[in-house]
Amino acid sequence: MEFYLTAIHQGLAFAALGLGIFLSLRILNIPDITTDGSYTSGGIITAWMLVNGWSPVIAVFAAMIAGAIAGIITGTIHTRLKVHPLLAGIIVMTGLYSINLAILGRPNQPLINIDNLLMSPSTNSDHSSIILFVFSVVLIILINAFLKSDMGIALRATGNSESMVKSMGVNPDKMKIIGLGISNSLTALSGSLIVQYQGFGDINMGIGIVISGLGAVMIGDVVLRNAVSRKIYLQLIAVVLGCILFRLILATALNIGIDPNYLKLITAVLVLSIIAFGKIKFTSKA
Amino acid sequence: MIEIKNISKTFNRGSADEIVALKNLSLKINEGDFITVVGFNGSGKSTLLNLISGSLIADSGEIIFNGSNVTKLPDYKRSKYISRIFQNPLAGTASELSILENFRLASLRTRSKSLSIGNTKSFRKNVCDKLKTLNMGLENKPEALMGSLSGGQRQALTLLMSVMDESKILLLDEPTAALDPKSAAIVMELAEKIIREGNLTAIMVTHRMKDASNYGNRLIMMREGSIEKDYSESEKKTIIADDLVRWFNI
Ligand SMILES: Nc1ncnc2c1ncn2[C@@H]1O[C@H](COP(=O)(O)OP(=O)(O)OP(=O)(O)O)[C@@H](O)[C@H]1O
Ligand SMILES: [Mg+2]
Repeated sequence: MEFYLTAIHQGLAFAALGLGIFLSLRILNIPDITTDGSYTSGGIITAWMLVNGWSPVIAVFAAMIAGAIAGIITGTIHTRLKVHPLLAGIIVMTGLYSINLAILGRPNQPLINIDNLLMSPSTNSDHSSIILFVFSVVLIILINAFLKSDMGIALRATGNSESMVKSMGVNPDKMKIIGLGISNSLTALSGSLIVQYQGFGDINMGIGIVISGLGAVMIGDVVLRNAVSRKIYLQLIAVVLGCILFRLILATALNIGIDPNYLKLITAVLVLSIIAFGKIKFTSKA
Repeated sequence: MIEIKNISKTFNRGSADEIVALKNLSLKINEGDFITVVGFNGSGKSTLLNLISGSLIADSGEIIFNGSNVTKLPDYKRSKYISRIFQNPLAGTASELSILENFRLASLRTRSKSLSIGNTKSFRKNVCDKLKTLNMGLENKPEALMGSLSGGQRQALTLLMSVMDESKILLLDEPTAALDPKSAAIVMELAEKIIREGNLTAIMVTHRMKDASNYGNRLIMMREGSIEKDYSESEKKTIIADDLVRWFNI
């Protein structure tokens, strides 16, 4: 059971990343893979700051700001230089690897006996469940409110019809840069939470992590596919559920004895299966 | 109101498929003018509208709105002065947003889009009152996604949206080309009403000769990137659709 609780915790910690991918991929219609880099940055900065005696709250903020900057750079490269967003993301992600290594000064950093947001070794207490849950709920509420605000409407319209938003006095480039900034700051938040949850930061922790977010968003689509309403908050909840389900499925795979070295392969097959499942038409449904 | 001085626009300059879309075109548009524009495919009508709206920037020449030079101003900044109706109903509305949210954005065309929630109950009531005037039953489902509506409905909504915020200039590029005759008639009547009631300055490109002769106070004929004829109000009154069809056949 412990095993599944850990999977749910991880799923909640990945909720921010899933919501970030939802913003870039579904709302803005931009495939952004800065994720691998901004996730690691969030984790690395948190690890470095905690080891150096900063408060966990400040470390989380710093992680989110770093992620936002990464997203803003990707957005600027994409819009100003008219570079394909995938390429812009790869450029930033690659550059971030060295920056992350320089920040940490070593490939990994354990956080032994350092209090963080989720657990305090000093008092021997673990608040992971409640704090991760509250984080996810607050994120859903805040993102829902943002997407319904006037600026949020402009952002959503940008992913729909650029000619429309331009004729409404909105600069679509600015919206894309803002959106990618928010998206990657959420990704970095996940990196920060995961580092605090697992108790160490690693320079390679972000490799291939973008697929977790994609998988979560796609599971969310499957969850909602027969729903009558497509209200935004339902979509956000579905993404968070997708994050949890994704981790649970992986945990189950490991639990039935699949070699952990095949974890990435399992992840790839899992996402492929979700995509395939999403394409099956249930003709019996009215 | 709008002064266009000697503008030219060439596409793919210097390459084998170089196209001169507009050459040294000048046009003075007075406040309250409703100009209809006709001409062959490729004569530069859309290019002219895109240069006025800022979707394209002229190679040379000047565009002046009410004394201020907007020649180099990008389209999203010019939308402060201009509302647009596109040929493709998808281009003027956001499919995955509700009717209300589309209208909310339109009501902020000249203003900044802040983090406050503006799609309130009173806003909704205001929009529903406007929707009622269309007689399409849309006032009963303002939450419907724009993408679930027909092209004619979307075009009619785009027209209503164009006057949600302070409006002076309306550009219409073949607003009814994608519509069936019945929807086209409804949309044209609505356009005429909105232009008249808002005292807007309007330019409408059309291939329907009846519309070109029935609507507006000025008529422009374009050919190969230039204005061939510019009929004033009194001259236009004597023109009927048949005359225009004849012009096309010369
Ligand atoms: N973005 C572009 N790139 C290259 N050539 C273009 C572009 N836009 C327009 N053109 C060319 O410029 C010329 C004028 O086009 P424009 O769209 O203004 O014509 P139009 O009068 O609106 O025609 P239609 O009646 O078919 O809408 C055409 O030859 C067209 O092929
Ligand atoms: Mg055209």
